[in-house]
Amino acid sequence: MARRDTPELPDFSLLKRLARDQLVYLLEQLPGKKDLFIESDLMSPLDRIANVSTLKQHDVVKLYKVEYKPTVSLSDQLCFLIRPRIQTVKWICDVVNADKAAGRFRRYKIIFTPQRFFACEAVLEEQGVFGDVTTDEWAFYLLPLDDDILSMELPEFFHDNFLAGDQRWLRTVGGALHLLHSVYGPFSKLYGIGSCSKMTYESWREQVEQGEKQVRPAEIGSVFLIDRDVDFVTPLCSQVVYEGLLDDIFRIKCGCVEFGPDVTSSDKSVKVMLNSQDKVFNEIRNEHFSNVFGFLSQKARNLQTAYDRRQGMDIKQMKTFVSEELKGLKQEHRLLSLHIGASESIMKKKTKQDFQELLQKEHCLLEGFEIRESISFIEEHISRQISMIESLRMLCLLSITENGLLPKDYRSLKTQYLQSYGFDHLLTFSNLRQLGLLMEQQGAETLTAMESKVGKLVNDKTAGKITDAFSSLAKRSHFRALSRKLNLVPKSDEEYDLRVPKDMAYIFSGAYVPLSCKLIEQVLERDGWVGLEEVTRLLNGHEFAVTGGSRAEASSDAQRLVLVMFLGGCTFSEISALRFLGRAKGYKFIVVTTAVTNSSRLLEALLGNRV
Amino acid sequence: MGRDRFRVQALRMAFVTASWNPLGEAFYRKLELYEMSWSIRDGLRDSLVAAAPYGGPIALLREPLRHSPSSRPQLEIYSASGIAITSFPWKSGPVVHLGWSVSDELLCVQEDGSVLIYDLFGSFKRHFSMGQEVVQSQVLEAKVFHSPYGTGIAIVTGSSRFTLATNIEDLKLRRLPEVPGLQGKPASWVVLTQDRQTKVLLSIGPELYILDNTSCTAVCPPGLSPHAGSIVHMSVSFSYKYLSLFTDSGHLWAGLSNLQEKLIEFDTKKTDRPKQMLWCRRPKSQQPSVVLMWERLLLVVGECNDTIHSTLTQNPIFPVVDVSFLVGELDGVRIINSTNQELLQEVPLVCQDIFKIASMAPGALLLEAHREYEKSSQKADEYLREIKEQNVLEKAVQQCVEAAAHEYDPATQKSLMRAASFGKCFLTDFCSDHFVSTCRELRVLNAVRESSVGMPLTHTQFKQMTLQVLIDRLLFRQFYPLAIEICRYLKIPDYQGVNRVLKHWASCKVQQKELSDDAIARAVCVKVGESPGVSYSHIAAKAYECGRTELAIKLLDFEPRSGEQVPLLLKMKRSHLALNKAVESGDTDLVYMVVTHLKNEMNRGDFFMTLRNQPVALSLYRQFCKLQEQETLKDLYNQDDNHQELANYYVTVSYREKRLESRLSQLQNAVDEYNKAKNDFAAKATEEEMRLLRFQRKLDDEKGAGLLGLSLQVTMETLLSLGLHKQAEQLYRDFKVPDKR
Repeated sequence: MARRDTPELPDFSLLKRLARDQLVYLLEQLPGKKDLFIESDLMSPLDRIANVSTLKQHDVVKLYKVEYKPTVSLSDQLCFLIRPRIQTVKWICDVVNADKAAGRFRRYKIIFTPQRFFACEAVLEEQGVFGDVTTDEWAFYLLPLDDDILSMELPEFFHDNFLAGDQRWLRTVGGALHLLHSVYGPFSKLYGIGSCSKMTYESWREQVEQGEKQVRPAEIGSVFLIDRDVDFVTPLCSQVVYEGLLDDIFRIKCGCVEFGPDVTSSDKSVKVMLNSQDKVFNEIRNEHFSNVFGFLSQKARNLQTAYDRRQGMDIKQMKTFVSEELKGLKQEHRLLSLHIGASESIMKKKTKQDFQELLQKEHCLLEGFEIRESISFIEEHISRQISMIESLRMLCLLSITENGLLPKDYRSLKTQYLQSYGFDHLLTFSNLRQLGLLMEQQGAETLTAMESKVGKLVNDKTAGKITDAFSSLAKRSHFRALSRKLNLVPKSDEEYDLRVPKDMAYIFSGAYVPLSCKLIEQVLERDGWVGLEEVTRLLNGHEFAVTGGSRAEASSDAQRLVLVMFLGGCTFSEISALRFLGRAKGYKFIVVTTAVTNSSRLLEALLGNRV
Repeated sequence: MGRDRFRVQALRMAFVTASWNPLGEAFYRKLELYEMSWSIRDGLRDSLVAAAPYGGPIALLREPLRHSPSSRPQLEIYSASGIAITSFPWKSGPVVHLGWSVSDELLCVQEDGSVLIYDLFGSFKRHFSMGQEVVQSQVLEAKVFHSPYGTGIAIVTGSSRFTLATNIEDLKLRRLPEVPGLQGKPASWVVLTQDRQTKVLLSIGPELYILDNTSCTAVCPPGLSPHAGSIVHMSVSFSYKYLSLFTDSGHLWAGLSNLQEKLIEFDTKKTDRPKQMLWCRRPKSQQPSVVLMWERLLLVVGECNDTIHSTLTQNPIFPVVDVSFLVGELDGVRIINSTNQELLQEVPLVCQDIFKIASMAPGALLLEAHREYEKSSQKADEYLREIKEQNVLEKAVQQCVEAAAHEYDPATQKSLMRAASFGKCFLTDFCSDHFVSTCRELRVLNAVRESSVGMPLTHTQFKQMTLQVLIDRLLFRQFYPLAIEICRYLKIPDYQGVNRVLKHWASCKVQQKELSDDAIARAVCVKVGESPGVSYSHIAAKAYECGRTELAIKLLDFEPRSGEQVPLLLKMKRSHLALNKAVESGDTDLVYMVVTHLKNEMNRGDFFMTLRNQPVALSLYRQFCKLQEQETLKDLYNQDDNHQELANYYVTVSYREKRLESRLSQLQNAVDEYNKAKNDFAAKATEEEMRLLRFQRKLDDEKGAGLLGLSLQVTMETLLSLGLHKQAEQLYRDFKVPDKR
């Protein structure tokens, strides 16, 4: 059944080279010595593209972080590398105007990445500095985090798009897709679900039509676009796969994690790159955490025997050992000890928080059992003020899986939460409600009745819009029904062997198959949405499946490469699940995401008291 | 045998060289271009004539000086071959000068200094003035000139002041400094473009002055005899490199226009002022020469090396029967009179080589060889062998090709090209690119030289003006099918070729007033279809310019790129439509552009109402307001009766308030709004928060507990840890905290 011959991945380091070359070109456009201001969240992505010495080679004298403070730079030329955010542009305007007031003449250049927005230029104009600065675009759309993960590093996409309804990033995402399309050849088929996906697809199509047409060999088979709001359950669950756990606990930033003193068992923090180059990590990243320890100890033993071989060696053997193997072993040793440290630290933290109980309650919620117990668990969680985000997470999970809370529970839980964590979360609740993450149960009848009433009053066109509005209002989760339809929750009476996972549920200890990945599996299997009509209806539709229009048939290897694009972020667990699916079915998945997310990042984006 | 050959050849060449006239080492020839199709009653007498170079159109204004106020002069426009394009009575003021711009527009300079611009078809395009003071002082003389900057105009006014505009497309009037001692207009003047500067050269009596932006300097042409008399006429060459002066004693001086060197000095022995004096010189020619025209005489004066004095090609050779008009060209002079048109030019060297009697040039031999070959004579082989022996066959082919390019008569072209093609059969590695391209270009040239098209371009002119410009000129004349044929024939990429023609055609089509909007839109769509590079928005913009907004909107529907649609729609004040299109496009930049536009355009109420119907635009604007204009955000929610959001807004604002009182008042606002929104849970929660804040404030004031802003639970914990059990108890009761604590 399982196919072992997974196809080769295209070389994504090309994207890095392209980005670097363009950046260098842009820097050269402002000849002479200059200071570079970099938006703080662009720091680490930039580091992966061009390091400081590369920048220095191109006359960048000093690097500053954008901190919204008056500048101290003495250079005559300032270059700003920023995201197209109004706030940052306003700060630049202040800098320019301050210089003007002081009678200081400098040259300014703003490089927007990945593209400039009209709004930003409008701000420049409004503040009267449009003529003083030159602007440019650095088309840095995709950062390859690993061989199979490309990230746009746009965490705000989720907030802006889903909460604020601001669609300006869609074109950017379309641009990213266009970039992949133009570098790695035509796609044979595109699938997608969700309104964002649809719009992204349209934006991409438009860009393809406008761009020059050149025939390239297809290196990627099909493309799957999925909105984050199609599946909120998966990112809200606690992650138990090693990489996901690391992200939940230590926060992986741009493919890099910082281990504190408790892991390194010294007083220094260590930054570690987490990718397939790290041999130890590569073998455990997708494993369920319960397996990791066994694996690591086995590895340690192997390492020890490798070291032990030294004993019986003569000088010559020793020489080759030192020159060839020792370095690798040392490296491996270092990494191994780090990962063991990390695992220990995870164990400590997780047992402290009654992690097992938490997981058990989560599983109950997913299965729909013992709801009352879960509610009281959450109440206790709230009143003990264990963690603001965790409490919120459990609340949301409860609401989604239960298709909204009973009015009584809704009010009392909210009150308790506000009393415990502060009144300002009133706005958070309003945000969550808007996204359908935390809702009051509503009779479906009342809604349809209201809808038809309104529908009669207005003409057809607006009626359509209102229906849309209602359906988004009624973004109620039909999790239970979906779960039954797609068999997301395996029967709990069967023993699940986590060592030999049989399906994607292993990433949640066998309790739940991530909805997003299940959809992908189903659609690829059926080559479209046929037979999934009921499911898409429950998910509010907007599904599509189109042929990419590439006449040249892709090689069979490329056909089995599937590009999955998560709009609004995806979790490491989902990536692990897809890797498992790929191994099982002979696909290879490339994950493109607006940003790697997890439950905390997701909810933090929705907190009402930010700004 | 050799001598025999010369004799035969001489006879054959006779017909080609019959019109050649020697001048020093060079020959001059007159080629008949057209028999003019026009029938002008009084010839060109009493008319203001303007003919554009490069075979451009001819404009005639009959009797520009009105005899009586009631009679209106007639303005007529003809193609170079004399085909009437348009004619209309001149209704504006008296015209001083006519001229053509580089883009084939007719410039009419009036006495009052206003310049009216008409297109080739006589429709008025625009006008501008050469300055206010001119209205008073009147234009005495005007000149239209061409420079690398475009078409310029220079005038001299009744107050003896010169005003210049170097480019009429980007009008900047320059009033030149006063010329000392000048009364009225100077005896003669020309515009010079030198060292990227435009200057005026003028003469007062025997004196010559250069007038530039800042000063007026007296200059002296080298070698002009002081007794030559007053300068009454002057002219500069096409390239502004040469200058010729004519004095009232009949002296002609010609030299470099920077007045560094004299080339010719000649006594014409004619004291009356020539009607026209022009340079006749081809690029890379052996010698420059000046053409002078009097009433009944045309004189070509050139430099001659064998005598110190320049000689004159004796005058009767170019008798002038009729009133004629000379047009200076890049490589010759066109002579137009009421019946025909001729080109006077120096015979190109390569043609001389081939056709000169008894020429032994390789090309001449090859031509002869081919002639014999066609007659199936074995002499062909002899000639060919002779060429081959000298190893000059390649040169012979090249000469024939080049000469063909310079010949005007298709039959001569053909015989030369055939000879070339015959010769290249005997060459092993011959690159035929030049041969092929010349063939193609000649076909194109012959096509546009057709009397019906009427563009008598020489190959040299064609090369200079480039194919692009030729196509442009054809477009100005609305020869769309021919232009398309040429584009296809020369295999110009569609983007620059056919599609450009289609664009012009469509832009012209939308101006046809007699057709309905629908018909035009359909016709345009059928022809243009999906051709890349033809922008519907461009066509629509044209339609809008002609005041056909509805048609423009129809055309915009075909435009696939919304980025092009939206700005035009805004310009046409169809803001709602623009907003719809922008939203449909999914390009938020566009939406935002429209929103900003609307914001400035409409009053607030209407603006908000418009946004309400466009959720995408609304949320975009909201997002912007959140960062830029908080107050507007409030108004926006107010307008929408969105009490829930308004309340949320107040809550957000309350956190920014430092003072407790204002924070409380904001929260009270929020409570009101929550009540309106029927969100009693939130209202109650807010009220409780207000109560809590007050309570915390009280305790802070009393005990300094530092509670303000803490959550209820934390407050209680702090109270307990501070030992304030009573207060904690009170909170517990007041807020009905569940018993868990």
